[in-house]
Amino acid sequence: MGPGFTSYAWMVALLPLLAAAVTLFVGKRWPGKSWIYGVAGVGTSFALSLGVLWDFVQGGGAYESSVTWFAVGPLHLELGQYVDGLTAVMLIVVTAVSLAVHVYSIGYMSGDVRFTWFYVVLSLFTSAMLDVVIANDLFQLLVGWEVMGLCSYLLIGHWWEEKINSDAAVKAFITTRIGDVPFLFGIFVLVVATGTTNIPEIGEVVGGGDVSRGLISAAALLLFGGTIGKSAQFPLHVWLPDAMQGPTPVSALIHAATMVAAGVYLVGRMYSVFIHADPWVLLVVGVIGGITMFGAALLGLVQDDIKRVLAYSTVSQLAYMVTIMSAGPAGRDAAFFHLFTHAFFKALLFLGAGSVIHAVHSNDMSDMGGLWRRMPVTFWTFLIGSAALAGLPPLAGFWSKDEMLVAASHGHQVVFAVMLVTAVVTAFYTTRMVVQTFFGEYRGHGQPRESPAVITGPLVVLAAATVTVGFLGAAPAGAVFFQWVFFEEVETVTLVPWVATVSILAAGLGVLAGWRVYRERREPDPTLALGTFSTVLAEKYYLDRVYLRGIVFPVRDRLSAAVSWLDRTVIDGMVNGVARLTRGISDGVDGFDLTVIDGAVNGIAQTAGFTGGILRYIQSGNVQRYAAFLFAGVVVMAIVITRI
Amino acid sequence: MIRLPLVLFFSAALFSTGVYGVLARRNAVLVLMSIELMLNAVNVNLVAFSQFWQHVTGQVFALFVIAVAAAEVGIGLAIVILIYRNRETISVDEVNLLKW
Repeated sequence: MGPGFTSYAWMVALLPLLAAAVTLFVGKRWPGKSWIYGVAGVGTSFALSLGVLWDFVQGGGAYESSVTWFAVGPLHLELGQYVDGLTAVMLIVVTAVSLAVHVYSIGYMSGDVRFTWFYVVLSLFTSAMLDVVIANDLFQLLVGWEVMGLCSYLLIGHWWEEKINSDAAVKAFITTRIGDVPFLFGIFVLVVATGTTNIPEIGEVVGGGDVSRGLISAAALLLFGGTIGKSAQFPLHVWLPDAMQGPTPVSALIHAATMVAAGVYLVGRMYSVFIHADPWVLLVVGVIGGITMFGAALLGLVQDDIKRVLAYSTVSQLAYMVTIMSAGPAGRDAAFFHLFTHAFFKALLFLGAGSVIHAVHSNDMSDMGGLWRRMPVTFWTFLIGSAALAGLPPLAGFWSKDEMLVAASHGHQVVFAVMLVTAVVTAFYTTRMVVQTFFGEYRGHGQPRESPAVITGPLVVLAAATVTVGFLGAAPAGAVFFQWVFFEEVETVTLVPWVATVSILAAGLGVLAGWRVYRERREPDPTLALGTFSTVLAEKYYLDRVYLRGIVFPVRDRLSAAVSWLDRTVIDGMVNGVARLTRGISDGVDGFDLTVIDGAVNGIAQTAGFTGGILRYIQSGNVQRYAAFLFAGVVVMAIVITRI
Repeated sequence: MIRLPLVLFFSAALFSTGVYGVLARRNAVLVLMSIELMLNAVNVNLVAFSQFWQHVTGQVFALFVIAVAAAEVGIGLAIVILIYRNRETISVDEVNLLKW
């Protein structure tokens, strides 16, 4: 038996599923109140998660329990829970943000045509994410992973009546699928290499040194394919900005705090596979992350849609985590700390943006401005979130970014440099976003008002979290986070003064530059007036166009047409041929039956009838003729008998 | 003592007369009478052989035949009467419904 709450950690994942089912079946019985089940389920999960973390703080170790539900030969697939410090922290993150979003959506989604359905999918998604976090088996993780993809698809396309929304949903689904296929094959490779799908066992076997490095490298690279898709890393990042077509609470929960972080979680959870692979695998991870980090941050500069700024920011921040994963165990732990803090402040930013959008009925910052007086709560909470994103002390984002920089400073100079430059860009676009949204003159229509308490409440809570959670991992405050989340051994975390100074300088530089450029509104936007540079950014590096021309159109017009032709001629031809052949044989058998068999039967009957027709005339009814035959017969018999 | 072959010739002639009557006559009563001739030809034979072999079995048999013949004639005449009532004829040629 594990300690108190931890042995029931699986219920954290199960309760939202139950809530989803209840909402689905009885949600509409109580119109407008279908949020109750989801909020209750996720709220209970959150309380239970706190209990699990409490157990862990009390000194509990990693705890695993499972049931085998499927076994083929030596391979056992399990359904269970593996709870260590990382799991406990992730449970808190997911349930906390999910609870905030569940509450926030009561206000944001009120009056929506599919309000109940929205809560069904939201709760189902939460359950799937918790399953990914708690899984002790890679296939169990994959199940949650795919269910998340489905929920993401459903929620991006929540308002599917508009084609742009359903297109975005399809794009997100297919793009992430492209990453999911390598992920699945990575699991196969790991099964071949280690003979198990149990995550802790894989770690032990891979660490044991009996598995060929080539196999491990292949597995690590394939698993990373899943991360590229799910965590929107270059070159598959293109779906995430489009995913902003979904309702804003969905963007906050799925496309900022949880699902997109699952890719990072996967790398960290399977870190022994990555660390025991050939060194170039981690180099690939670092390069992909580095390109994404900087490239996405630049794209954030030119967006007018506030949610798209945040989307590119999310891609960039996820790339921070991915990149620093390549810097060894210390980097992995720092990445998880950033994942932890980022979930809170990015969810806060999205929900704040949602509050603004709710008030001005537009996503575009060119329709906003001057909102700080009209929406004070939204403004202050959004400002806290932005400062955290920019990396200003003492907020959460500063501490986690600092830990990542410290990890990079130990021999990863290139990573360090890219992170620092990206930090400047991040601070710049964050300042641009805040200034354009909240300062200057109001440029939109109507009179925007502060959102109701059910919307601002979660904002305040998340803002409080953004201020406080950073101290969990801050070196001066004891860095207790790193005693919970560690790979093999606890890393000692120290505050390196020069790194912190450089980090603050970079953030400050970005903020100051942003303030200088955007203090007074200019038309056109300065970032759009930089010639070729702006054009390339506005066209998103032409990637969408390249994918469309190079992959989507050829696949749709050539490959699909060819497959369709093959299907219609060859496959259908074979099927129809077999059918025609069968019919021909049947016709032959039918003919044989009708002519030969029936002919024999009818022939016998006809012969009997014909013979009978002739012989019946013997029965004439004349008694004397019968008697004559009788006597003739007797005479014949008498002659025959006497002859013998 | 009459000799056996003589008696046998007599009975054969009697039997042939009966056969002729059965086959050639049209009147049903005459057909029945011809059958009686044939039966009695048999009876003559039975008695003759009984005498010849000095054995009583033949005579007993003849008595049985006489009894059976009486019953047969009774039934036969009843049938003839019924046919006459229904069809107003006793010609065997015209009673030929039971055919084909």
